[in-house]
Amino acid sequence: MTEPTLLSGRGLGLSFGGITALADVDVDLWPGEMLAIVGESGSGKTTLLNVLSGRLTPDTGVVWYRDPNGQLHDVHAMPAPALRTLHRSDWGFVHQDPRQNLRMTVSAGGNVGERLMAQGARHYGDIRAAALDWLAQVEIDADRIDDLPRTFSGGMLQRLQIARTLVTHPRLVFMDEPTGGLDVSVQARLLDLIRSLVTRLQIAVVLVTHDIAVARLLAHRIAVMQRGRIVETGLTDQVLDDPRHPYTQLLVSSVLNA
Amino acid sequence: MTVMLRTRALSKSFTLHLRGGLLMPVLADIDLEVHAGECVVLSGPSGAGKSTLIRSLYGNYRAEGGSILVRHDATMVDIAAADPRTILAVRHKTLGYVSQFLRVVPRVSALDVVAEVLLTRNIDLDTARDKARSLLLQLNIPSRLHPIPPATFSGGEQQRVNLARGFIAGHPILLLDEPTASLDAENRAVVIRMVQQAKASGTAIVAICHDADVRDAIADRLFTMSPYQDAA
Repeated sequence: MTEPTLLSGRGLGLSFGGITALADVDVDLWPGEMLAIVGESGSGKTTLLNVLSGRLTPDTGVVWYRDPNGQLHDVHAMPAPALRTLHRSDWGFVHQDPRQNLRMTVSAGGNVGERLMAQGARHYGDIRAAALDWLAQVEIDADRIDDLPRTFSGGMLQRLQIARTLVTHPRLVFMDEPTGGLDVSVQARLLDLIRSLVTRLQIAVVLVTHDIAVARLLAHRIAVMQRGRIVETGLTDQVLDDPRHPYTQLLVSSVLNA
Repeated sequence: MTVMLRTRALSKSFTLHLRGGLLMPVLADIDLEVHAGECVVLSGPSGAGKSTLIRSLYGNYRAEGGSILVRHDATMVDIAAADPRTILAVRHKTLGYVSQFLRVVPRVSALDVVAEVLLTRNIDLDTARDKARSLLLQLNIPSRLHPIPPATFSGGEQQRVNLARGFIAGHPILLLDEPTASLDAENRAVVIRMVQQAKASGTAIVAICHDADVRDAIADRLFTMSPYQDAA
């Protein structure tokens, strides 16, 4: 098992004023692998996601990304335009609130097509065909393609955000509570969708969630965070069925049927 | 005979931090050896650690002491020391596990719950579904249930879906935790036949099985366990 990692964080630390948001965090992610970061609110999950994706610069440590040619990049030393290009092509980011990613005044099809155009696609027919194909993959009816996102339900908006993110076939997607705030039945559908798309397209995912059942369903590996540190990490079923750290034991015993 | 699985001085305890750090030793000095084509049934009273042992063999519980060597490809991999990705690779190719309960995935049909095991092995969808269909039928899950997600199935039906899922890939080592617990006589007979066929094709099996008839029908050997006792 010496396959090189896709993304590696080493010694990551970050404080906001006097508050430690991250301390001594090491993270590795391999191609096609789904890693869940769990922990309660304020444990530093989202901060870690933002640091790994280059959206936040850490006080200490480094994040390495290996591009498709095998070249390593220090994410926080990359020029801003290069990082933006990465976020538009090889990477994707799925926010808890899809409105952060979608353009609410542009049609559903436009939202999906826009990311392709940002990559240089220019043929209108091809772009519309790709948009239609992706709307179908996330189970949005073709006749909604010209509708504005503000006419969509919360679950549909989240599926549209996923279509917009995956249309460029990213190798790495960061997800921040993608099912948070949705009804249970809508959540189940979205989870199934994420699970099948990610498996089929072999996408690596860093998934932040406070919901242990979501981590169990989706993730190969899990990292448990408390007060900015990773206190336990391992195979998802190991950590959840045989938790060792006091905080993980508390977390697992506090949920029903995870 | 080829050794497929061997533990040496395997030990496992649980530290319950929410109970003031209470230490619960469960396994100590377990030496178990299983050969190709052989079925070893774990026996012993409730609380003897049978399920803990099976879960440790699968890497679901993390062993504390000793080793768990599993023949994977041409090498012996120590599950007790392997990194997570190695364990996933061993589970994928070598080590199958049928738990007592099916963990259902929302919205996925019974047929695809079984077929998806093959899809990750570069087998095309039609072939995978054909094989899943015939296995489900063999386990008396009628065709009309195949397109339905198993969440609404009875306990016995869910267990048979779980068995189909466990047997479909033909793993060289199978761990079975109470495979017939909620099955009627007819379906117990089906499972006995499946275990015997797997053995005949060289599969090494470790099972927990309280039903005496089933145990007598599948076991080549019993591995007797007793509840952990303090040396002191």
